[in-house]
Amino acid sequence: MNKRYETIKRAKDGAFKYFGLFCTFFGLIMLAIFIGNILFEGLGRLSWDFITSYSSRLPEKAGILSALMGTVWIMVMTALLAIPGGIGAAIYLEMYAKRTRFGNIVELNIANLAGIPSIIYGLLGLEIFTYQLQMGGSLLAGAMTLALLILPIIIVATREALKAVPRSLIEASFALGATKWQTIRRTVLPAASSGIITSVIIALSRAIGEAAPLIVVGALAYVPFVPTSPTSDFTVLPIQIFNWVSRPQKAFLVNASAAIIVLLCIVFFMNAIAVYLRIKKKIKY
Amino acid sequence: MMLFSRVIKEKIIVSVLAFCALLTVLTTIGILYVLLSEAFVFFTEVSIVDFLTDTQWTPLFADKHFGILPLLSGTFLTSLIAISVALPIGLTIAIYLNEYAHEQFKTVIKPILELLAAVPTVVYGFFALTVVTPFLQSFFPEMAGFNSLSAGFVMGIMIIPYVSSLSDDAISAVPISLRHGSLALGASRLQTAFRVIVPSAASGIIVSVLLAISRAVGETMIVAVAAGQQPRLTLNPLVPIETITTYIVQVSMGDVPQNSLEYRTIFAAGITLFVFTFILNNIGHWFNKKYHRKYE
Repeated sequence: MNKRYETIKRAKDGAFKYFGLFCTFFGLIMLAIFIGNILFEGLGRLSWDFITSYSSRLPEKAGILSALMGTVWIMVMTALLAIPGGIGAAIYLEMYAKRTRFGNIVELNIANLAGIPSIIYGLLGLEIFTYQLQMGGSLLAGAMTLALLILPIIIVATREALKAVPRSLIEASFALGATKWQTIRRTVLPAASSGIITSVIIALSRAIGEAAPLIVVGALAYVPFVPTSPTSDFTVLPIQIFNWVSRPQKAFLVNASAAIIVLLCIVFFMNAIAVYLRIKKKIKY
Repeated sequence: MMLFSRVIKEKIIVSVLAFCALLTVLTTIGILYVLLSEAFVFFTEVSIVDFLTDTQWTPLFADKHFGILPLLSGTFLTSLIAISVALPIGLTIAIYLNEYAHEQFKTVIKPILELLAAVPTVVYGFFALTVVTPFLQSFFPEMAGFNSLSAGFVMGIMIIPYVSSLSDDAISAVPISLRHGSLALGASRLQTAFRVIVPSAASGIIVSVLLAISRAVGETMIVAVAAGQQPRLTLNPLVPIETITTYIVQVSMGDVPQNSLEYRTIFAAGITLFVFTFILNNIGHWFNKKYHRKYE
């Protein structure tokens, strides 16, 4: 009787092991099926013409030029706005305001900001940037909205990178007579650089896939030109994909698949760099 | 003199850095201001009782009704389906990686799992619409082309890493002595996992679920692509519905003039969404604090 109980116990234990393995790969299998399907549908449509043509009513003539250039523009502008602000705030919170009252308030606030849905940031951008500051649905309004969206992500991850800098390095710099800022600029930031770059890449790869806040801010679905300045109207790849998916014709779904291949290539490439930097850093310390 | 200018320079730098930190506070103030001011004007035109009790949401039609319940039920339904997929799978992954898998396997698989959360959500929406729905239709022939089941299912896959990595943190924090004690009494790893580890890590697991639900409630593009644009007070997962987020996108895609009642409906919807995610996140943070204190 006891022996039988033991056997059943072991069998259950073994079965759970395989169930765990199955669950671990379940999501990834789904992703693989999906990517396979996308490649099957869209790879044939992907061509140089597809990348260098403007959007069109005719699915076989339509391309992603304006969306791709819009994505590039918005990424560069968002990075320019969010990186200095995010790193600056992280330095302040980690090196100057640790355990002060203001620091605690900001910290609690960042934890809350990180949980606010991206579409709410879109409403903020719509009211403040698009209307009150009269930017309209321009690249600038979109980039400022996305910059606010990824600011908490950059701050949290940059603080982790700053925390990982060995205390001894900082003490040594102070002992040599350096001021706090000199220590931060010449010792702490270089030591934390790979961690900071990783955090920035992860945050930007999140911004690149965002469609909802930009739609709310007023980005257009149909843009037959390449943006020329920060005040241009624009569209981005995720919005172009959304637009094509929403149409009834099958040919537009093929276009959407092809555009998804381009978008996923960009996102996975950025994530690969981030993972590579993270592994490299681990070996160093 | 040299020292003096150095002191000034340091002071300026500190103020610039402090301003960067202040930006995040200004963002919160901005969000609250925008939502509250527009919603306030909205509620001078629409009674708050109607907003909370009317069972129809038709602000874009001639016969206007402003009941948020259909949008809430759509949001609730897709999130419920998502968490019923993500919780069992995410929790099993966390237990498996901690109690069964090799350390090396864990370090390799974790960043790969994070990839699930890195895929842009509009891409998941496409997956739900073009792959999952046709597949499920072969089992439920009466299923509509837009429905909450496939949108919720795909959203569940997306939030697996949220549940698994936060539950993983909670499970790793359980003292090894508890594990050893249970194993020494002759329990199997499975019995140890479910009778000792999971109960001890319960509060951390609850946090992971709350934060994952909050993520699902605010998710936009998956439901905008795959769940439909028909506000409907139902719990039937096979018919088209509309979530709060989808409604905001739907209005934003059209040409709605500022200062109109239609324009304000998206802020009224937005503040409802904000309140729900805010409550979920803060119960999460509160739980998190309480639970960290326990092991200190």
